[in-house]
Amino acid sequence: MRAPAGSADVIIIGGGIHGCSTALHCARRGLSVILLEKDHAGRHASGVNAGGVRQLARHIAEIPLSNASMALWHAIGDLVDDDCGFTSDGQVLVAEDEADLAGCRARVDDLALRGFHHEEMIDAAELRRLVPAVAESCPGGVVSRRDGAAIPLRATQAFKRKAASLGADIREGVQVTRVARDGAQWRVETGAGDFVAPRIVNAAGAWADRIAADLGEPVPLEVIAPMLMITARMPAFIKPVVILRGRKLSFKQFANGTVLIGGGYLGRAIRDENRTVLDWGKLAANAKTVWDLFPIMRGAPILRAWAGIEARMPDDLPVFGPSARHEGVYHQFGFSAHGFQLGPGAGAVMAEIIATGHSNVPIDGLGIARFTQTPASRTQA
Amino acid sequence: MSIARNITDLADRYDLLVVGAGPAGLAAAARAADCGLSVLLADENPAPGGQIYRAVGTTPVTRPAVLGAEYWKGGALLTRLAQSRAVLAPSCTVWSVAPDAAVGSVEIGVSLDGRARLIEAAEVILATGAQERPFPIPGWTLPGVMTAGAAQIALKSSGLVPAGRIVLAGCGPLLYLLAGQLAAAGATIVAVLDTTPRRNWRAAIAAFPDFLRSPYLAKGLALMAKARARLPFRNGVTDLSAEGEDRVTGVRVTRGGASETIACDTLLLHQGVIPGVNLSNAIGCAHEFDEDQHCWVPQVDQWFASSVPAVAIAGDGAGIGGAESAALRGEIAALGAAQRLGRLSREQRDAQAAPIRAALARSLRGRRFLDLLYKPAARFLAPPDDATIVCRCEEVTAGQIRDTASRLGVTGPNQMKAFLRCGMGPCQGRLCGPTVVELIAQAQGLSPAEVGYYRLRPPVKPITLGELAALPQSDAAVKAVVR
Repeated sequence: MRAPAGSADVIIIGGGIHGCSTALHCARRGLSVILLEKDHAGRHASGVNAGGVRQLARHIAEIPLSNASMALWHAIGDLVDDDCGFTSDGQVLVAEDEADLAGCRARVDDLALRGFHHEEMIDAAELRRLVPAVAESCPGGVVSRRDGAAIPLRATQAFKRKAASLGADIREGVQVTRVARDGAQWRVETGAGDFVAPRIVNAAGAWADRIAADLGEPVPLEVIAPMLMITARMPAFIKPVVILRGRKLSFKQFANGTVLIGGGYLGRAIRDENRTVLDWGKLAANAKTVWDLFPIMRGAPILRAWAGIEARMPDDLPVFGPSARHEGVYHQFGFSAHGFQLGPGAGAVMAEIIATGHSNVPIDGLGIARFTQTPASRTQA
Repeated sequence: MSIARNITDLADRYDLLVVGAGPAGLAAAARAADCGLSVLLADENPAPGGQIYRAVGTTPVTRPAVLGAEYWKGGALLTRLAQSRAVLAPSCTVWSVAPDAAVGSVEIGVSLDGRARLIEAAEVILATGAQERPFPIPGWTLPGVMTAGAAQIALKSSGLVPAGRIVLAGCGPLLYLLAGQLAAAGATIVAVLDTTPRRNWRAAIAAFPDFLRSPYLAKGLALMAKARARLPFRNGVTDLSAEGEDRVTGVRVTRGGASETIACDTLLLHQGVIPGVNLSNAIGCAHEFDEDQHCWVPQVDQWFASSVPAVAIAGDGAGIGGAESAALRGEIAALGAAQRLGRLSREQRDAQAAPIRAALARSLRGRRFLDLLYKPAARFLAPPDDATIVCRCEEVTAGQIRDTASRLGVTGPNQMKAFLRCGMGPCQGRLCGPTVVELIAQAQGLSPAEVGYYRLRPPVKPITLGELAALPQSDAAVKAVVR
């Protein structure tokens, strides 16, 4: 067996915003960290997503993690010495008709029963005040006022730089080929030698299923390529990020006037080539939604369209927390196209779990066991 | 030849799409049609010809001497196309080319007549040509400062000549050619400031004998000698800046350690041409850095096929060679496509290509001399003045790029985008890409080849949201969804 090229308290596999955030928070807790990234930090989903910093419309199981994260976003400059381009003008879910609005009301009521109050119903007048350009036919919606947006690659790289400044050993361009038990340690094999640590974090995004399979915890991870497009500068006409309930849309105007259009229409991901193929038919459907909702946008030139490579789980929830099989193994992947906002907080919670064995932030329902254990084995456990 | 004026005139599928109707595209389309392929030749300009033969069938400049004999050669290529069975779509923008190996065809996004559509082609030849190398000097964004190529567009397509005093600055054959054309058209040229570094002669001289044996280039030399004799040339220029408040009023020039300001109303800049790689890059074709031409060029094989199946690149877009070689490379690329589609056997293809290859070798002889002689000086590739704007779309300066590269450790142009937005404006990095790469290379102590280039995204030319929203759901698009 080769002599290790490096050892640390924790090895993190994957340099997306989650891996970098966990590296940063582990370093803050005094743990020595090696982070292994096959390309460069933020090369895939973390660097090319829509940059939405959103608590609005999240699944109940994610809300505690999302809340923890939002507190960090609002002081992001203190955490990483870079404002990450974060702005907080709220996010608005627009109801397109009365049926939509009734659905919104049921959701907000349900959240209130559970003690969550970040989502707030708005009527047509308040909707028009927040989003003056929206089509006249929309009867209201929901707002989450502390939400906003940031610049994804800049934020991810800020986490990387801050982690490195606190002593984390960040290795970019180093691809993990295999993970295996080695006595009391975990041995992480790469093209640049082997690394060993008693604890490892699988934050490998769209490639995380391969790490999980090495560990005997195969998961049904789907590799997806959500598409986005951006327009030339338009006169300023909207501040909050807008999303819809019925149709797929995420819509945001930046301070420089450019407008980002997304919503989760999928292109095709070819993950072994780091490549995606756009589906113009679906982008046309995406454009049609904007045409309907924002007449001001009809003549806007579209400058670029792209897609990131991302992991999606069958239930659209991340895999987050300790391994169900092994001591010293932690999973943090499968954020299913809404993991960017969770990055800062998830890293803090993960570091807390690694360092202390537990966290007060509930992560129920996010464990890997929901995929790896059959009902029979769950009963035995 | 037939002409497609409306988007509905286009077929759902062609054997071959040729993008760009300059010399390479005209020759490729005609040759491929002669081989029996169904061919669409799409060009975003209202008339074919490309830049070198721009508007050769429609120009209002009627005195042959103004644009010169070489220009009028373009007419023969138009005639040949007109006699072929190819379909020409003028004013047609190709904004996406997406090969799909799984389906065995290429999906093409086109706009024509204000409407967009997806069509298919079995093979694609990119003949999108060259662009002028960016020439970032202080003040180059002032009104009244243009590229020489832009002035040439106005001259060829509309017979327009800048009014008032003109200064041309830079280096390379096209600068001298334009100076001669403008002078012949009656322009007032007060100075031609030549930035060719004197030490380039040392590197270039070894390639000089080949250059002398090249009849095509020797003609150019004659043209240059004539221009030099008649025009106020000043050699050995080591620094330049455009001066003026609301528009250019003069150019500050340094030669032999002394500086002076030359008053002017128009400053035309040019320091050579480089392949326009935006489309080939967005498709995912592999590129390499050509040290002699000091630019990124797509990797192509001897049939000008790129690294991506079904995509070939002909003409100056595959490396600068000039108009004559571009047409010959277009012919060879067409023969390659015809063979891949089974219309020619390998033997037929090779036999037809042999005389073209011989002519191509002749036409490229001496090129290396020009490449080495007119390689721009380092300070004109990476402006030393911090305040000089590099990315015009997003107004990013050389100082900001240097600072971000060194202080934040940004090692590539794609990461630089996240910090400064350079390359993210409407030009998609065409005007800043080469300069950003130089500046990062300098700050990090790397070569441009190591720094890499922008990863470019479609649409390669902007389309409106309305055009996209109205995109007909063609069979191809429906298949894409079902797949």
